[in-house]
Amino acid sequence: MNRPQTTDRRPSSVVRRPSSGFLKAIAAIVWKDLAAELRSRELLSAMLVFALLVILIFNFALELDPVTRRMATPGILWATFAFAGTLGLNRSMAVEKDRGCLDGLLLAPVDRSAIYFGKTISNLAFMLIVEVVVLPVYSVLYNTNLFNPGLIVVILLGSVGYVAVGTLLSSMAVQTRTRDVLLPILLFPVVIPILIAAVKASSGFLQGLSLTEVMPYINLLIVYDVIFTAVAYMVFDYVVEE
Amino acid sequence: MKPQPMVLKVLNVVSVLLFLAALGMVFLYAPLEATMNYVQKIFYFHIATAWVGMLGFIAAAVAGVLYLIKHDQKWDIVELAAVEISLVFFLIAIAAGSIWARPTWGAYWTWEPRLTTAAILEMIYIAYLLLRQGIDDPDRRARFSAVYTLVGAISVPITFMSIRLFRTIHPVVIGTNSAASQGSFDMTSKMLATMFFALFAFSVIFVNLFWHRIRLGQLAQQVEQLKLEELQ
Repeated sequence: MNRPQTTDRRPSSVVRRPSSGFLKAIAAIVWKDLAAELRSRELLSAMLVFALLVILIFNFALELDPVTRRMATPGILWATFAFAGTLGLNRSMAVEKDRGCLDGLLLAPVDRSAIYFGKTISNLAFMLIVEVVVLPVYSVLYNTNLFNPGLIVVILLGSVGYVAVGTLLSSMAVQTRTRDVLLPILLFPVVIPILIAAVKASSGFLQGLSLTEVMPYINLLIVYDVIFTAVAYMVFDYVVEE
Repeated sequence: MKPQPMVLKVLNVVSVLLFLAALGMVFLYAPLEATMNYVQKIFYFHIATAWVGMLGFIAAAVAGVLYLIKHDQKWDIVELAAVEISLVFFLIAIAAGSIWARPTWGAYWTWEPRLTTAAILEMIYIAYLLLRQGIDDPDRRARFSAVYTLVGAISVPITFMSIRLFRTIHPVVIGTNSAASQGSFDMTSKMLATMFFALFAFSVIFVNLFWHRIRLGQLAQQVEQLKLEELQ
């Protein structure tokens, strides 16, 4: 008689142990988000389609000749990433709240900051996946070569900072009445240094400026990332406690 | 509501008198500036209101941190009062600056570092108020407000420096008179005296308004507690 395949194939890192280590907890949360996303694909598809639509809108909003468009590329890219990132941050936290996952995570005997780092890393993964798709599409649609190692570094640093603050603020926003609407209002004023530095650094790399000219902006990105990851790590407890 | 303490009643009168005195100094004592004439006179109150805005900003940041450390609801009241006052006074400063800028620079607004940072700061304040509006639980509201105040307070200096970096490496020609757009001019001692007196007068006005707003916040807290008790 054939037995139906019902064995639990979850990796052991997801199975709860009484005192999971800090890193194991982070890995578990990241794995949970990625696995859930792999099955449903609702978050990534929404973010991707939205990003592509934003690029489409920019094409009509800014009717540019090729030369001016080349100069506007970093701005368009980062505006796209910022809006799509908001979408991802909102959905990621809303899912946790609605399905009671957040309460479950809070009951687990791990440091609260593990939840923060786990969510931040998974949000970062989603944002990077969207960026990895958008770059080639933009390159093809606008006949611009965006495969520039400096640009990749800037996108990475900018995304880290964006997601570090975004995860903290979306944890707050999701617990209010206004929810989704509130996150962009809270996030965008605070994340402006990233946008400034990322656009300028991206522009510098795409125009082939020397590293010394671009370094101030890279430094700004790194400083911002470090400061805000530290601040978010320290205050996350206050945001999720009951 | 608790009756106003004597000190506060005196402070009310003193604030009004100081304001009128500052106004008098601006129009009667301070000399006319050589190139800009009467337009320059708005500068005194522009600086003073921006100064009050800064005081409010610092008070809000400190109150936010103190709330997170001590969990005492009174720091939440102080923080909200500081944010509201700072919001209004920076708005007045921006309006006054715009009035000054139009004849001087040729435009009501430029995207130079201080102005842009002021605009971003106002957006952070409005976001703060919207955040508070969306939460009913007083404890959660206080915690989230304090966290956002901290995040906002740290981001503002970084924003200012990043805009400065942005604008110095790629200088932008601002309006018709970019040399004058640096915004400084030589001040005689009478002008300096007027400016410092205006700063002093507005600092007193700040304390007065701050005190009144905190009293109002305490009353609001009492009303809210009564409402919550009624619902239970």
